[in-house]
Amino acid sequence: MAYDKFTILKSTAVPMPIENVDTDQIIPARFLKATSRVDFDKNLFRDWRYNADDTPKADFVLNNPIYSGKILVGGRNFGSGSSREHAAWAIYDYGFRCVVSSFFADIFKGNALNIGILPVQVSPEFLHKIFTAIEADPNTELEVNLPAQTITILATGESESFGINGYKKNNMINGYDDIDYLQSMKSEIATFADKSLY
Amino acid sequence: MSAPKSLFDKVWDAHVVRNIEDGPDVLFIDRHFIHEVTSPVAFLGLESRGLGVLFPNRTFATADHNTPTINQHLPVQDPLSANQLKALETNSAKYGISHWGLGHAKNGIVHVVGPENGITLPGMTIVCGDSHTSTHGAFGAIAFGIGTSEVEMVLSSQCIMQPKPKKMRVTINGKLGKGVLPKDVTLFIISKLSAAGATGYFCEYAGEVFENMSMEGRMTVCNMSIEMGARGGMIAPDETTFAYLKGREQAPKGEAWEKALAYWKTLKTDEGTVFDIEYTFDAAEIEPQITYGTNPGLGTGISQNIPQAANVLDGAASYAKSLNYMGFAENDQIIGKPIDYVFLGSCTNGRIEDFRAFASIVKGRKKADNVTAWLVPGSHIVESQIKEEGILDILTEAGFALRQPGCSACLAMNDDKIPAGKYAVSTSNRNFEGRQGPGARTLLASPLVAAAAAVTGKVTDPREFL
Repeated sequence: MAYDKFTILKSTAVPMPIENVDTDQIIPARFLKATSRVDFDKNLFRDWRYNADDTPKADFVLNNPIYSGKILVGGRNFGSGSSREHAAWAIYDYGFRCVVSSFFADIFKGNALNIGILPVQVSPEFLHKIFTAIEADPNTELEVNLPAQTITILATGESESFGINGYKKNNMINGYDDIDYLQSMKSEIATFADKSLY
Repeated sequence: MSAPKSLFDKVWDAHVVRNIEDGPDVLFIDRHFIHEVTSPVAFLGLESRGLGVLFPNRTFATADHNTPTINQHLPVQDPLSANQLKALETNSAKYGISHWGLGHAKNGIVHVVGPENGITLPGMTIVCGDSHTSTHGAFGAIAFGIGTSEVEMVLSSQCIMQPKPKKMRVTINGKLGKGVLPKDVTLFIISKLSAAGATGYFCEYAGEVFENMSMEGRMTVCNMSIEMGARGGMIAPDETTFAYLKGREQAPKGEAWEKALAYWKTLKTDEGTVFDIEYTFDAAEIEPQITYGTNPGLGTGISQNIPQAANVLDGAASYAKSLNYMGFAENDQIIGKPIDYVFLGSCTNGRIEDFRAFASIVKGRKKADNVTAWLVPGSHIVESQIKEEGILDILTEAGFALRQPGCSACLAMNDDKIPAGKYAVSTSNRNFEGRQGPGARTLLASPLVAAAAAVTGKVTDPREFL
């Protein structure tokens, strides 16, 4: 499924200073029963966002109108647990294009990159600065510059660089995906398969 | 002489089709398992791109996540679940993929049926849209969970693109104490490293404890590798591995077996290999374990009290949130905590040895009246073994019933949900908030600890019964 190209994103951010946000919180298993990619955003953070009777929980950040934006800022070890890509779909389809944390779980990070969400890993200190800045002013804007690989808190000008491999960076900037790439090397794969032991 | 290589390097390097500069490796995948939950969108993707399945004989489908564990002969009641199961059947038929659906004699949890039918072999690369694919590393395979985009990649090209992880080794020598099972070994390791301690790494388990472990035990350990963040875990294949595999339906036979065996015997870490990080523990340090928080790293020896925030690797606020959800407090004694449910099963502990262990304690005793117990075999083959070995009689006599195979209450996608606020001692792999049902509180433990809880109605040290 095609995704929007990513170059420079300037946006306010939604703070979620919680560690180990696992994919069961991002989208609980009971909402994984669809056979197409529809409505996963409605159940994003379902059990943190809604009471058992489906009324919104007022103290949850997504239900707080003072916070909005295309950037989600989470605590350490974001996206741990289940490999469900539904978690990344729910985040993207809700409107986030970038998740910032001091540490991402591997599978979530891969899924995010594959569907057009940029995971930006920052130092614990810089993460703290972002949370502090948003706490002081919910309208604080962040600028995520993928070509330059920098993230900046615009109000203070504080900035940090982040890592991403050149291949994935190029994909994100141009909206390419791995399937296109793999299709281009079919004959190489066929030759390899012929030698396979299994 | 070439540089020494780890088991992981040997298997990984043998599968690199192309190395992209400043990018991931293109990795050839020998075996691909699919199930009903993470595959349908991948098949839709194939259709929208006009692509087919490149090697349908390398992909195996089984229904497990969403299946009921009672009355499997009846139509599935939940229309969404039924639709998802139907989609797996239709997609498998359309592309010529072997499909073990509900009611099939070989149906069961994907990570149980793969090994027991000899589909999983040493030296393979194995993926599945499920994080517990790490289970198959018990055979000396590189096995890990993938997302749905990657499922589509494997279907269409038999490859995925992955940066090579760093290498970790966990060595445990010595002899495990009485009542200490492989589940305790893995919960112990995760409690030491934390739920994120192995992120970015592929972990090899080495030392006497793993050498002396059965294949079922090794699968339990490798299964839980993801719970410390590792991409996967693996153990070098040895005589235990070969004895388990010999004669399995899809394992090589005759000359092909001999040829494979010669190769498999080379799959071990060379002397002098340098790992990016190493941990060493002594088997004597490990007692039966139990978790008390909402990630698998928040566990401890069963005789211990719940640690103070200063002594855990998670931040204080997250730790407080976790204990609050569980209804526990720092310094609480865990032994004696009343429980409501016991769940024996899952890809972690749904194999025959797990049922043998559980039965060893409940034999001659009775299920506690306040406990609801769900005993769910990992496959029909496990279910048959339970009956053939007389374990079912022991369980029935003690007041327990056996359900039908599936993932069940591990992730509570079907009707097997622990009610809000209730405590469950579970042999599964995750104690996340709501994992076993909205509001459910999970204590992860071994089948022995689960059995001791089931007969006493509270957290109990299983060594009392051994």
